[in-house]
Amino acid sequence: MTASFYDVIVIGGGPAGLAAAISAHDSGARVLLLEREARLGGILKQCIHDGFGLLRFGEKLSGPEYAERYMDELRAREIDVKTLTFVTKIDNTGDGFRVHTVSRGGVAVETARALVLATGCRERTAKQVFIHGTRPAGVFTAGTAQHFTNLLGLQPAKRCVILGSGDIGLIMARRLTLEGAEVLGVYEAKPTPSGLTRNLHQCLYDFDIPLYLSHTVTRVFGADRLEGVEIAEVDETMTPIPGTERRVDCDALILSVGLIPENELAQSLGVRLDPRTKGPACDGDCMTNVDGVFCCGNALHVNDLVDYVSENAAQAGKAAALYRPRERRLIELQPSDDLLYVVPQTLDLQRAGDALTVYFRARKEENGCTLEITADGKTVFSKRYAFLRPPEMEQLTLRPGEWNLSETSVVRFSLRRPEQEAQR
Amino acid sequence: MKELVCIVCPRGCRMRIAEENGNLQITGNGCKRGAAFAESEVRDPRRTVCTTVRTAFPDVPVLPVRISKEIPKDKIFDVMREISRTTVRTRLGRGDIVLENALGLGADVIVTSNVLNETESERRKNDGTSACADL
Repeated sequence: MTASFYDVIVIGGGPAGLAAAISAHDSGARVLLLEREARLGGILKQCIHDGFGLLRFGEKLSGPEYAERYMDELRAREIDVKTLTFVTKIDNTGDGFRVHTVSRGGVAVETARALVLATGCRERTAKQVFIHGTRPAGVFTAGTAQHFTNLLGLQPAKRCVILGSGDIGLIMARRLTLEGAEVLGVYEAKPTPSGLTRNLHQCLYDFDIPLYLSHTVTRVFGADRLEGVEIAEVDETMTPIPGTERRVDCDALILSVGLIPENELAQSLGVRLDPRTKGPACDGDCMTNVDGVFCCGNALHVNDLVDYVSENAAQAGKAAALYRPRERRLIELQPSDDLLYVVPQTLDLQRAGDALTVYFRARKEENGCTLEITADGKTVFSKRYAFLRPPEMEQLTLRPGEWNLSETSVVRFSLRRPEQEAQR
Repeated sequence: MKELVCIVCPRGCRMRIAEENGNLQITGNGCKRGAAFAESEVRDPRRTVCTTVRTAFPDVPVLPVRISKEIPKDKIFDVMREISRTTVRTRLGRGDIVLENALGLGADVIVTSNVLNETESERRKNDGTSACADL
């Protein structure tokens, strides 16, 4: 067993981990980056389509190009990187963390004052969406289908059905079509699409791939290989309507039914998760309820743009580098029912003087509304939006130092619609 | 009057296009790029293509590529066919050209990842672990 001491250990070498490691190093920390796969870059390695980096670099980059910009930056610095290294356990020693790893070199323990969890998210699988029937080959998550197509050069489907209208599903509908597969349709149980509007247009409508809203897959058929699926319409509670079932013959079912932040390590450390985001509840520095444990990127909440991930991770990396044990005076940032969530979930009053970056999503589509933030009932911030859609996250920079906050303050985020405006 | 969703950036502006005496009136765009997209969408719709090209290297069986500029939308599958006929036999890096002026459309097919060089230097250093070893 070997042990070495770092200021910051970053777990995960995807876009979040890369940005966090670079930023922690640039803030003066001695940094170790741990990655379980052979290559850095995370999911971006297989996201060969373009559209990444418009906010961050003002350019339309492919996933590999975006990731490799950060990988080049990382290599230009003295940052220790261990790939093919898996974290098995973390001990909180009170004044730091002992990170147990296993790699081809054997088991090792690395020690650090602060941790950045950049562990990303996982796709929801067929088992998690309760599809009945046999267990044939040919049922893939969109990410697995993407891995086969874009990294292994194998075609996972000739004639397929896609369940769920998340962005990866839409991207894969186009990708498989380009590679000669027939995509029979994208079925979405919700009455509105889950992916970005531009992806509906450039991935489905451009290729005449039909989108069926309020439809789901209820059953799969086939012994060794998938032979077909049963499709049914669903009601507003997303329950299949009896009598609407029909069979569609296909050799693959591709699932794009949601992403869940991966936080097994976080939970083993006693990190409290927010049921709304399924990621850790953090303060404005991306620090969880456990002192010295920071979280960023898709492990914190599922982002729709990698540009936001990089920005948020750089903030977490810097905060981890500058971390010294101190008392926090946290107050909650409370979202109303109109909002799916607000990140961060808390605000440290000692840091209220700094600018605070906040991300939020509306619960449903809104045409013309105002986001309003109140502190102790008084409006301290408002902003008008022409459109808000749940798949499209919004970002704000706030100045809570101007809100006269105290430890008992209640800060609330809500939406005001035109009809409510008229009543005022 | 035609309605259109801009695909230039993730904002996805909803635009309206009206034509008057051959002049286009575009509203709803958030920036200049949106107006340019709307105009091109009406007169000469173009798209980029991102795909992979086969390689001769077992550690990296396919290499991600894209085209250097947008091509007419109806030429996408022709360019895909051309790319599928190609095999990369040298360790090309990011930005290198795989196919010059594909189908005479003025767009080159360029590599978007350094993975081939990365695995090569790693292979020399280590023991030849495949970049795709772990799913």
